[in-house]
Amino acid sequence: MKINLKIWRQTDAGSPGRLVDYELDHVIPHMSFLEMMDTLNEQLILSGDRPVEFDHDCREGICGQCGMMINGRAHGPIPHLTTCQLHMREFKDGDTIYVEPFRGKGFPVKRDLRVDRSAFDRIIMAGGFISVNTGQAPEANGIPVSHEHAESAFDSAACIGCGACVATCKNSSAALFTSAKIAHLAKLPQGKIESRKRVLSMVEQMDIEAFGHCTNTEACEVECPQDISVLNIARMNWEYTLSKVLK
Amino acid sequence: MELNAKIPPGPLKDKWSFYKDHAKLVNPANRKKLEVIVVGTGLAGSAAAASLAEMGYKVKSFCFQDSARRAHSVAAQGGVNAAKNYKNDGDSVYRMFYDTIKGGDFRSREANVYRLAECSAQLIDQAVAQGVPFGREYGGYLNNRSFGGVQVSRTFYARGQTGQQLLLGAYQALMRQAAAKTVTLYTRHEMLDLVLVDGKARGIIVRNLDTGEIERHTANTVILATGGFGKIYYLSTLAMGCNASAIWRAHKKGAFMACPSWTQVHPTSLPQSGDYQSKLTLMSESLRNDGRIWVPLKPEEKRKPNDIPEDERDYYLERRYPAFGNLAPRDISSRAAKERIDAGFGVGPQLNAVYLDFSKAIKEQGKEKIKEKYGNLFAMYRKITDTDAYSEPMMISPAAHFSMGGLWVDYELMTTIPGLFALGEANFADHGANRLGANSLLQACVDGYFVAPYTVSNYLAGEIHAEKPDAEAQEFIDAEIGVRAHLGKLLAINGTKTADHYHKTLGKLLYDYCGLSRSKDGLLYAIDEIKKLREDFYEQLKVPGTEEEMNGELEKAGRISDYLEVAELMCQDALTREESCGAHFREEYQTPEGEALRNDEAFCFVSAWQWQGEDKEERLVPEPLHFENVELTVRSYK
Repeated sequence: MKINLKIWRQTDAGSPGRLVDYELDHVIPHMSFLEMMDTLNEQLILSGDRPVEFDHDCREGICGQCGMMINGRAHGPIPHLTTCQLHMREFKDGDTIYVEPFRGKGFPVKRDLRVDRSAFDRIIMAGGFISVNTGQAPEANGIPVSHEHAESAFDSAACIGCGACVATCKNSSAALFTSAKIAHLAKLPQGKIESRKRVLSMVEQMDIEAFGHCTNTEACEVECPQDISVLNIARMNWEYTLSKVLK
Repeated sequence: MELNAKIPPGPLKDKWSFYKDHAKLVNPANRKKLEVIVVGTGLAGSAAAASLAEMGYKVKSFCFQDSARRAHSVAAQGGVNAAKNYKNDGDSVYRMFYDTIKGGDFRSREANVYRLAECSAQLIDQAVAQGVPFGREYGGYLNNRSFGGVQVSRTFYARGQTGQQLLLGAYQALMRQAAAKTVTLYTRHEMLDLVLVDGKARGIIVRNLDTGEIERHTANTVILATGGFGKIYYLSTLAMGCNASAIWRAHKKGAFMACPSWTQVHPTSLPQSGDYQSKLTLMSESLRNDGRIWVPLKPEEKRKPNDIPEDERDYYLERRYPAFGNLAPRDISSRAAKERIDAGFGVGPQLNAVYLDFSKAIKEQGKEKIKEKYGNLFAMYRKITDTDAYSEPMMISPAAHFSMGGLWVDYELMTTIPGLFALGEANFADHGANRLGANSLLQACVDGYFVAPYTVSNYLAGEIHAEKPDAEAQEFIDAEIGVRAHLGKLLAINGTKTADHYHKTLGKLLYDYCGLSRSKDGLLYAIDEIKKLREDFYEQLKVPGTEEEMNGELEKAGRISDYLEVAELMCQDALTREESCGAHFREEYQTPEGEALRNDEAFCFVSAWQWQGEDKEERLVPEPLHFENVELTVRSYK
């Protein structure tokens, strides 16, 4: 296949960026999207140009490092898929593909398609944990958790922290990311103890990081590679109200 | 130099208690004066950094990823072993110890392996307290499944994302300490050298991957938890950034490397589909609990798998290893697959795969049950291959996976450099010549949570009155000059071939000659070819850009420059071990049935290698293994 690419190039956070045209022949449908990008970079290097910087690591959809806006959609056209798991068979010969970074006020562009997602780390630092030191834990079966609660907690905990929810949201809201952690821990008896304090400090940090508010468009759920439900956001709002009222 | 493993005295089951009872302690008031560098934020690194910070030490944590949560522990799917005996099926610490030491083909230390099993139960407690959502039974108690190579159910799991969930537990513990300012985080920083002062590990040189800045960091001790280097094979189950650079550069500063050629080749990965391919995706081994592995009886079979009748299928694992069948250990399963593929019975467009078939399990248990157990894996398979594995068999193939080899460490997980520790997959310790499924997450966690806090403290007790490390010391200046010179050298070549070209060429050489099966002639040939490839690398490499900016190609080139040296040592290691054991299969040493032929008379030792200088052959220092509690038997899974 022949593919035309329009890729966002930006030297650093302080410089303006722009879309640059590239043409790539001999793209094979079985290639992953990132392997197509590797092929482009190989060409760029050999012709003396600077290759495109993009985030990626595990290439099996679990580390959460990769992420691009592909034709205006976070991680590309297929719902619930990371960029690294997208394959070129989803495109046609002669297609033009727009490739841009995950944008958001809380995600400044570092270079080309790489963005700074350290705001997510700071949200977790604000309280996305259970305060237990190594050595303090009681016998594991001493904390029974019903099958349903464990499965439901897992559904929330499955978030890979890629930031597609922020990138796709018109408000650049980090509500899905933040709420998934709040819900994961609040659903478990061992996480319940700190849940009131946790929700307040994590939501406060989310606001400090310049993420926008959630206006319930539910776009995040559509793109989320782990299919994290917006019900987590409802749960967060409920926990938040509870904490504010009962404070 | 003689190697001293520092095994505590006393009976096997009391050794770790003895160590803990006698290890030196550091007064809480002194802990905050002592600095610890931890490189790597996977399970071992995050667990060690968080645990040491909780104790009161000042910790600096480094990783090359953009967040500590992305380290490759995240990718482990199937589970983590622990001798809890919740299934009442006869499990015990001793049995887990025995399975592990036997699974490793009797090439690991008894005392280390026993400690691993002993601390396993505690890890499950810790992870549950952190909020890791392990699978539960309807009564609310923890569930288990069985995993390759053992006959009890001791594997705890969180669907197919056990590694991710365990890592999030450790990452959250780390973030909690970062918030408490006991840990300083350095993400997107890569260690480029270790600094020794007066023979002791005193700091590291790192490069900020976002800005290109070179920084010096001092500490009273350095812990390397930088994972495995299976990515040296290029096509592997590892993440693109996994590398050997931190441990290799420590090796060149005096830390011995042990058994570097012992690489586990995982039997259930997706096969390669073309030259452009960058990675082989792993499908969890847990699939072998319900999937049956087979190839057609006829070579170059053209029919679709569902059209091949039952009596024209060869369930070769069930045929060769009736006692374990599809649950035979990884080394045995991978080699059996390679044997069939090489004999011309491989399937798929490149004839490089075998079938993993769920039709029997679906018939017996129902599609819903299979979906509940492996839903995410089947979904992943579909995403990558566009094939529905509920209605036709998966195609799988062996892929380079786990490094049993790594930096040589003693019982305290200290390398041959005083004050330098190696944890998790970065060390050679517990797995011998083959690692059992679900023991890797365990080892990383046990090293980080339960071993390092004692052994690192024991070392730091002697550092209280030591001179404070100084970043302006000549050793730091020299190390930085060396790092800059190497980066400059890579950039100055300005040839015509990319870093990936060398990585792919090297990977293929290793797959062919130092992979699932090795021979003297092949290894000698490979050593020669690697030397040539290394020469070509320094003549024809092309790295664009400069060192003073973000430069992904420069990062790759640096890692490959190390791989080109590690590869030669791997071949040397494989060449000198004239026996077959675990993942190391020498064609010259096999039984008439094609099973591995171990030689306990001559090779019951760990091969530790000492760096002798550029372009000099490394020196082999054997560490003899003493077995006082188990009898060395032929590892039979028939």
